[in-house]
Amino acid sequence: MEWETVIGLEVHVQLSTASKLFSGTSTEFGADPNTQANIYDLAMPGTLPVLNKEALKMAVKFGLAIDAEIGKTSVFDRKNYFYPDLPKGYQTSQLDFPTVGKGTLTIDMEDGTHRTIGVTRAHMEEDAGKSLHEDFHGKTGIDLNRAGTPLLEIVSEPDLRNAKEAVAYLKKLHSIICYLGISDGEMSQGSMRCDANVSVRPKGTTELGMRTEIKNINSFRFVEKAINIEVERQIDLIEDGGTVTQETRLYDSEKNETRSMRSKEVANDYRYFPEPDLLPVVIDDTFIEAVRETLPELPDIKKQRFQDQYGLSEYDAMVLSADLDTANYFEEVTTVCDDAKLSTNWVMGDLQAYLNKEEIPISESIVSAKALGGLISRIKDNTISSKIAKTVFEAMLAGEGDADSIIESKGLKQVTDTGAIEALVDEVIANNPDQVQQFRDGKEQVIGFFVGQVMKASQGKANPGQVNQMLKEKLAE
Amino acid sequence: MIDATLAEISRALESGKISSVELTKAYLDRIAQENADLNAYITVTEELALSQAEAADKSRSEGKAGAFTGIPIAHKDLFCTNGIRTSCGSKMLDNFIAPYDATVVDRFNTAGAVTLGKTNMDEFAMGSSNETSFYGPVKNPWDHSLVPGGSSGGSAAAVAARLCAGATATDTGGSIRQPASFSGITGIKPTYGRVSRWGMVAFASSLDQAGTMTQSAEDSAMMLNVMAGLDEKDSTCSTIDTEDYTANLNKPLEGLKIGLPVEHFSEGLSADMEKSIREAIAEFEKLGATVKDIHLPNSHLSVSAYYVIAPAEASANLSRYDGVRYGYRCENPVDLEDMYKRSRSEGFGAEVKRRIMVGTYALSAGYYDAYYRKAQKIRRLIKNDFQAAFEEVDVIMGPTSPHTAFAIGSQNDDPVTMYLEDIYTIAVNLAGLPGISIPAGFINNLPVGLQIVGKDFAEAQLLNVAHQFQQATDWHKKAPGE
Repeated sequence: MEWETVIGLEVHVQLSTASKLFSGTSTEFGADPNTQANIYDLAMPGTLPVLNKEALKMAVKFGLAIDAEIGKTSVFDRKNYFYPDLPKGYQTSQLDFPTVGKGTLTIDMEDGTHRTIGVTRAHMEEDAGKSLHEDFHGKTGIDLNRAGTPLLEIVSEPDLRNAKEAVAYLKKLHSIICYLGISDGEMSQGSMRCDANVSVRPKGTTELGMRTEIKNINSFRFVEKAINIEVERQIDLIEDGGTVTQETRLYDSEKNETRSMRSKEVANDYRYFPEPDLLPVVIDDTFIEAVRETLPELPDIKKQRFQDQYGLSEYDAMVLSADLDTANYFEEVTTVCDDAKLSTNWVMGDLQAYLNKEEIPISESIVSAKALGGLISRIKDNTISSKIAKTVFEAMLAGEGDADSIIESKGLKQVTDTGAIEALVDEVIANNPDQVQQFRDGKEQVIGFFVGQVMKASQGKANPGQVNQMLKEKLAE
Repeated sequence: MIDATLAEISRALESGKISSVELTKAYLDRIAQENADLNAYITVTEELALSQAEAADKSRSEGKAGAFTGIPIAHKDLFCTNGIRTSCGSKMLDNFIAPYDATVVDRFNTAGAVTLGKTNMDEFAMGSSNETSFYGPVKNPWDHSLVPGGSSGGSAAAVAARLCAGATATDTGGSIRQPASFSGITGIKPTYGRVSRWGMVAFASSLDQAGTMTQSAEDSAMMLNVMAGLDEKDSTCSTIDTEDYTANLNKPLEGLKIGLPVEHFSEGLSADMEKSIREAIAEFEKLGATVKDIHLPNSHLSVSAYYVIAPAEASANLSRYDGVRYGYRCENPVDLEDMYKRSRSEGFGAEVKRRIMVGTYALSAGYYDAYYRKAQKIRRLIKNDFQAAFEEVDVIMGPTSPHTAFAIGSQNDDPVTMYLEDIYTIAVNLAGLPGISIPAGFINNLPVGLQIVGKDFAEAQLLNVAHQFQQATDWHKKAPGE
C-alpha cells in the first residue's frame, strides 16, 4: 500500500525581550544559576504577574508577518502541572484566545516549487526553569533563570506531507522570526524548539491516522531524520498488523530512533482556566497599525525584489534572502562592485564554502562585504582574473589585507600588455607543433590546452580572454 | 486612650495628648495580657512596633506627621511583611519569612503607621469561624466560648478587644464582613480592584480583596485613604481615581434610596435577627432615607457558584506550596512524588485540602463546562441582578449573617453548614461590589451586623451612609466586657 505522511509542527520560539514575560527580570543568557529569578519567578506567595508589553508587540509582529488574524482580545490561562522547575505549579499560557490566530506561510522547496502551509495559531506563554540532574549527588538542582522567559508557540496545521517540507517550513519560520528580530532563533541554544506531530494514512484517504508527538528536536537536520524514522516506524508497525498509539516520543539522534516517553492516556490533565491575575489583553487597531509600521521587508518580498532588481534566478534569490545577514551582506557587496551576478557567485560560492568550513555565521566572516565587493571590483575592471581572485581571496581570509594591497604586494596584477602576452603566445605555439597541427586539422578544443600553457607561463597573470583571442588569431594564420 | 477610635487616637496624637510610643506600649501591654487567651495575634512584632513608634514621634516633632503617623495597627497574617513571618494561618508557611512588603503594608509603613503584629486567620483564609487556623481558634471577645467569625477572625477580635486601633483584613466571600458582624465592629470590603493585591497571599484571585476592620466607619475611611489606589504591580487593580473617603462622611442621607432584597429576609433568617435589622433600617428612615423591596433572583445560586470558582482558583494558587523553594517540606522524602505528597498532606489542614480537591475536580477534563464555566455564567447573572437593582436604589441593606456568633466547635461536622454562613455576603464578592458590615444591635448580648452594599467604587458613599448611622446610634461604641 502507498502511504501518505501528515505532519504538523509546534514550534516554541523564545522571544528576545530584555526582560521576562511577567516579572521584569533580565533574560540574559548564561548568568549564574538562580541569579535571574526575582520573587515572582520564585513564585513567592502574594506575587502577581504584569504582562511585558514588548513581548506582546513581538507576538503581534509575528502575526502580521504571516497575515494572521490578530486576537483583539487575548486571554491568558493557567496550565496546571507539578514540576520542580515550574515554581507556580502552573504555566501561564493562552488556550482559547491566543494573540495570533490563523495565518499562512509559504515554503520553498529545493526543486523550485512552493506550498502554502496553514498556521493554526501562535500563543504567548512563559518558559519553565531547568532541572539539573548532574553534580547534585542523587538530588536535583533547579535553575530558575529561564523560568518566565517569553515564548511564542507557533502551531501549524497538519499540512506538511514529508520531512523535507517540515524542514522547509521550519527554515522559513526561522527566517521570518530572525527578519522580525523577535528571536535569535538559535536551535542549539533552545531559542527555537520543535515538536513534530506525525501520522500516516493510506494515500487517497482523508481521515487522519493516529499521531505521535516527537518532542524537542534541536536541529533542522534532526527534524528531517526524526520524522523519516518515525514515519518508517509507523508504516512498519501498521503493515505488520499493529496500531499506532497516541503518545509522546523522544528522538535519539545517536541511535537515530524515536522512543516512547509517555502515553497520552496517562498524561496530565492540565485543568486550564483563565488566569485571574491578568485581565484579558485588549488590543486596538492603533496598536496593531503601530506594530505594522515596524515590520521590515520580509523574506518572500525580498526574494522577489532580488529577482526583479538584480536579475537573480529564483533559486539564487531564495538562498540569498533566507538569512537576513546574508541578504544584507549580498546587497552591500553588490552595491560596492555593481555586479549582481559576480556578487551572487562569490557569496554563494567561495564565501559560503569558507563559512561552512569554519562553521561560522556570515556576521563573523573575516572578509567584510565591503572587502569582498572590493575584490570583485578588481575582477570587473580586469585588474585580476577570476582565478587570481581566488588566490587574493585566500590571502584576505588569512588576514593579509584588502584586495588592492594584496594584489599590489604580491604582484598579481593581470598582464594586459599586448606585447608581453604576444611573446608568451608565440613561445607556446613554437614549443607545441603537434598541438598546432591538431588545431589546424579542426580539433578546435585544443585551444584550451594553449590557453592553459600561456596562463601557466604568465603565472596566472595574463588576461584569459585576451590570451584566447590572441591564440585564435595566431593559430588561424 | 487605647479604647478610643482610630480617629480619636489620630487627633490625640496630633494634639500631643499622647505619644505613639506611649500608645504602642499600652497596646503591647494589653496584647501581653489578653492575647494568650484570645489568640488574636499569631505574631506580635514588639521591637518593630516600638521602633516605628519612636520614628513616628520623631517625625511628629519635626512637623512631618500625617493623619496616620504613629497609629498602631495590625495586619492579617496573609499580607507579606518584609523580614517577618507571614504564615497565612498554615503550618505550610509557619517558617516563611516574607522577603518583601505587600503594597498595603508598604503604604501603611509610608504613612507612618505602627505595626503591632500579624493577626490570626483561617488557614489560607478558608473558613468562616477562624477554627481552621494552624495556630488554633480565635475567641470572640464578647464571649470566649464563641467564634469571632472568619476568615479574618484575628483582625476582628483584635479590634473588638482593643488590641489595636484598626486592622487590615481580606474578604473573599465574607471574610471581613461576617467576623465584623460577629465581633461588633465595622468592616469594609472595597470594590474588587480598589486595593492592590500585591503581597496578599492569594486564596481566590478574582474574589480576594483587602479591606479594613475598625470600630467606626470614620476609622475605616481613614484606613482606606492609606490603602486604596492604583498599583502597577497588580494588573487587576483599578485605574479609577480614589476619593478622599473622609471628605463626605457628614453628608445628610436625605433622599437615600435603600433596597431590601426580599431573598435576604426570608427562610433561614432568625426572627430576632430580622427584628434587629429592620429596626436599624427604621433608623435610616428617620435620617431621611426611603426603603423599598428589591429582588436578587439568582442570589440562591451564589454559594454554589462560589464554591466552584473559589476552590478552582485556590487549587492553582496553592500549587506553589510544593516544598521545593520555601515553606514546609516533609522529612526525608524518598523521591519527588513523595516530597510533593507528604509536604502537602502534612503542611495543609483539612479544609484547605478539601477545597484544593473540590477545585481540582471542578477544573478537570470533562467537568469544566458543567462546573467552572457554569459557575462563571451564574456569576454574570448575579452581577446583572445587582446592576438591575442599582437602577432603582442607591444602596442595598440586609443582615450580614443569618445569626450571631456561634460556639467554637459547634459547626465542624458539616462543611456545607459552614459554607452557608456566608450566604448574604458571597454574592457581593462574585459581583465585585463594595460591602460594609456595621454594628446594628444585639441579640442576647451578642452583636448583630448590618450589611450595606454599594455600586462599583461607591466606597465613599457606603462610608458616608454608615457614618451617619453611627452618628445617630451607639452600637459601634459598645465594647466587650463593659
